[in-house]
Amino acid sequence: MVKYVIKRVLYMLLTLLIIITVTFFMMHSIPGDPLASMARNLPEQTRENYYAKYGLDKPAGEQYLIFMENLITEGDLGESIRYPGRSVTDTLLTNSRVSGTTGGLALLFGIAIGVTLGIVAALNKNKWPDYIVMFIAIMGITIPAFVMAALLQYFFTVQFHLLPTTGWGRPENLVLPVIVLSFNTIATYARYVKSNMLEVMNQDYILTAEAKGVTPFNVIKNHVLRNAFLPCITILGGQIASVFTGSFVVERIFSIPGLGFYYISSINDRDYTMILGTTVFFGALFVVAQLLIDIVYGVLDPRMRIKAKD
Amino acid sequence: MEQILEVKDLHVSFNTYAGEVKAVRGVSFELNKGETLAFVGESGCGKTVTAKAILRLLKPPFAEIKEGSQILYQGRDVVHMDKKALSSYRGEEVSMIFQDPMTSLNPTMKIGKQIMESLRIHKHISKQEARKEAIELLRLVNIPSPETRVDSYPHELSGGMRQRVMIAIALACSPNILIADEPTTALDVTIQIQIMDLLKDLKTKLGTAIILVTHDLGVVANFADRVQVMYAGQVLERGTTKEIFEDSRHPYTWALLSSVPTLAKESKQELYALKGTPPDLILPLNHCPFAARCEHCMQICKERNPAETVLSETHRVSCWLQHPDAPRTLTFNGKEARS
Repeated sequence: MVKYVIKRVLYMLLTLLIIITVTFFMMHSIPGDPLASMARNLPEQTRENYYAKYGLDKPAGEQYLIFMENLITEGDLGESIRYPGRSVTDTLLTNSRVSGTTGGLALLFGIAIGVTLGIVAALNKNKWPDYIVMFIAIMGITIPAFVMAALLQYFFTVQFHLLPTTGWGRPENLVLPVIVLSFNTIATYARYVKSNMLEVMNQDYILTAEAKGVTPFNVIKNHVLRNAFLPCITILGGQIASVFTGSFVVERIFSIPGLGFYYISSINDRDYTMILGTTVFFGALFVVAQLLIDIVYGVLDPRMRIKAKD
Repeated sequence: MEQILEVKDLHVSFNTYAGEVKAVRGVSFELNKGETLAFVGESGCGKTVTAKAILRLLKPPFAEIKEGSQILYQGRDVVHMDKKALSSYRGEEVSMIFQDPMTSLNPTMKIGKQIMESLRIHKHISKQEARKEAIELLRLVNIPSPETRVDSYPHELSGGMRQRVMIAIALACSPNILIADEPTTALDVTIQIQIMDLLKDLKTKLGTAIILVTHDLGVVANFADRVQVMYAGQVLERGTTKEIFEDSRHPYTWALLSSVPTLAKESKQELYALKGTPPDLILPLNHCPFAARCEHCMQICKERNPAETVLSETHRVSCWLQHPDAPRTLTFNGKEARS
């Protein structure tokens, strides 16, 4: 097991290295650079000084080596070029905490509701509870977040004055964004849990359990649920990573100072350090989440378990 | 002999988009204590459906046991049992093993726990006792080192071992009837013999009656006391194994027996194969279901369904050839068909 984890961690580092390298050179291949718009009207000498300050006068290969050296030796992602004085690492940590709060709550809420609805739908297949759940699921998948957000803002604040439209810092600010963010998760899990359960319920071993005299409730509890939930863990991996990176659209609408904004703006601004920072951050979260999921999977599914002797 | 199961006029239908598929059409039979009854017939003739109906394992509303069907287990009405009665009937009185041992065990549950589940439901014993009994059961079905195997997961066992585990689960509460639905079909030939020998052994040891669903006539000859030949959801012929193999009267039984490869025959001879396919079970059948494929088909066969002719206390056949007015036809072994 330890050997397996070490091997996986090494692969993770390799994956990250590739992500960084590809991002770095792709980013440099976009026309323009972080200083282009600002430095256009400056005198020749000043402009050159500016470029030298950020090391942008050096060839891309050399810049890459300097970046990697800083990252590996000091864990330093550099300073934002667009917002001088702000360290990329600080921005990532501060803003991802905000995104993580909304995203994490939305994920927990979404899974809890989604799984429950999925179970209800599966147990009442082709009856009205199933139809209602599938209606909610289709709404959750088809209605875009900005429409949902606007509708909720309209009803909860404009009409009934229950909750604030936008803002950050108070618990009531969390309610609407969490609902909007969780809707997709609810829909995904409801559909996924339902179809998995129906699939498991058609398996031969369910018949075996019934033939043993296991009561219908215990068949579901002891035989169906665990087997039906296993595949759901796989989709959790990607979702955990996105929790901390936030959503550009939703954070914009509710004025949440999260990280989602930087994913778009850093590219528009050609803010090289910020682009790399956000990419490395998401990449690292993603591979770590995948590793965790694989370990959890091994614990829950005996067929995936790695033999101690290997 | 003491009768423990009686099925009277069983009708089972599947409600599909194409229409009502009448899979079992008026099957009646009885099972005595400790005997082995084999259901024989080709795929789709209603063998498994009949077997599942006995345990009420068919899922409504898709599958439906029709009104008027009777399944009596020691006089108790199985068709109308409530959930609670059903739960104690299944596993304790009647249990079942299935065709494919690879998919019949829960992949995420230790086999010991799967055996214990049955014990704990019906015997209400503690975990420790159940575990001890599970180990004993594994030993009974000849699983090597049962003390460690009890903590194995199904994927750690071979197909034959898994079928042994299935048998252990089925026999956990020493039921009166064991329904074995093609227990060897998915296994290697060498393992098939081992499993059948095991079942035979346990049958004598525990006195369990067995309903054996199979299309392997070799297994039937070695294992069954009585045979029931099924076709298109009906029983065409029934009798003791001896009667069916040596003195069968139905052309369908002859076809089945002819299609068994034998070593004694000239090896150049092509194996007999019955032409055509069974009738569409959505359509009504008011005539002999086998008429369309029968080599001895007469006018009457296409018009009316024959009644069961009693040949001996155990041997019965539904065929117009048994009618006094029918032309004389040879039996499978060359004897004259009419007694």
